Amino acid sequence: MNWLDTILQGVLLGGLYALFAAGLSLVFGIMRLVNLAHGDMIVLAAFLILVLVTTLGLNPFIAALIAMPLMFAIGWALQYFLLNRTLGKDILPPLLVTFGLSIVIQNGLLESFSADSRRVFAGSLESASVNLGPVTAGIMPLMTFFSAVTVIVCLNQLIYRTSVGRAFRATSDDPVTAGLMGIRPQRIFAMATGLAMVVVTIAALYLGTRANFDPTSGPS
Amino acid sequence: MALLETRGLTAAYGDFQALFGVDITVGAGETIAIIGANGAGKTTLMRSISGVLANAPASILYRDEPIGALLAPDILSRGIAMVPEGRKLFPSLSVEENLQIGKYGRKVDGPWTLDSIFALFPILKERRNNPATALSGGQQQMVAIGRGLMSNPEVLLCDEISLGLAPVVVRDIYAAFPSIRETGASIVIVEQDIAQALKVADRVYCMMEGRVTLTGRSSDLSRDDIHKAYFGTEHHELA
Repeated sequence: MNWLDTILQGVLLGGLYALFAAGLSLVFGIMRLVNLAHGDMIVLAAFLILVLVTTLGLNPFIAALIAMPLMFAIGWALQYFLLNRTLGKDILPPLLVTFGLSIVIQNGLLESFSADSRRVFAGSLESASVNLGPVTAGIMPLMTFFSAVTVIVCLNQLIYRTSVGRAFRATSDDPVTAGLMGIRPQRIFAMATGLAMVVVTIAALYLGTRANFDPTSGPS
Repeated sequence: MALLETRGLTAAYGDFQALFGVDITVGAGETIAIIGANGAGKTTLMRSISGVLANAPASILYRDEPIGALLAPDILSRGIAMVPEGRKLFPSLSVEENLQIGKYGRKVDGPWTLDSIFALFPILKERRNNPATALSGGQQQMVAIGRGLMSNPEVLLCDEISLGLAPVVVRDIYAAFPSIRETGASIVIVEQDIAQALKVADRVYCMMEGRVTLTGRSSDLSRDDIHKAYFGTEHHELA
């Protein structure tokens, strides 16, 4: 049943890519901002988790929980103080600024962690698997997949069922009129990027435990 | 005491000056109409008051507080809501969501709730789950007015609410204004339809080329006065 195994592994790997894409599409959907530094933000979050795991001896999942609010704050500040200034009718400024940000993050990580490849170790979970009839699936890939589904369902509920979600959509439609409703677009954009960075942290957790990463892994 | 007041309000878009020292006052519970031809500066005046355009702080006073330099969300939080020209509904939101978002920045108890808006415009209740921009122009205008009311404003600014609508639809929309007035809210209506404006307003300001050219009680103004202030020429009946 090689073909079934291949399909299953492909679907489970798709969960990781869905996590990568969810944050990117949240930012693009609300701000029409193409964040060229998105991959580098994932690597940054992976290094943050790595630091928490190695220095504090934490479980990677606990480390990710600690990293989430930190990454939210980084994303919020990045959007509020930098990226908001690039938004407008011209799509070039955000592309240029996020491209520059990508270079800054990569070189900052190179200076801090060297060019060596790193990995976050998740202990016995890494090799644990479960039999699903004729095929076997790894626990970590399954967790990645179900995390992706959970993240997407949560984002969907947030955007379509809550007051903040309505504000996201309204601001995306028309920021000037949204201001007349009492919405502060700059803060809404910052919140969206902060949220995207929380998703990025979840993606980083699974990236870091699945494969090696180094400071220049982001763009690839 | 005036609830809302502009003092020597000026506004410009780059090098183009749109308002030249506009003075208006709006009393509590009063309905005023601002009339004028295209390019008179009516919408610029509304955009200035609602915080879309920044102005000198003391050029706009609300309860004697200078609000000219405040942003739109700050203006709304003080109780001044805007129904913008062209309705500007949010396409990705349903009718009900468009109404709900009207109170995002000002959640105060008052006469206007989702239910009372649906009572004012019953058709909206039937269409509550439809995308707002899928409605007819008149129904969209009802949503825009309802959205403005959801924050229970003390002053409701209505910019060109009859624009592009059939006369019968305009009549239906204006039929809601007595109910709005009963809540004690002040209303500022920007209109090109002079007859409609005179029907609902206590006082009228006529604007031309960025200046107020005529002001007075609706009942005191003659057709000739308004015609001259509106067009800058004497009124002549066609033979």
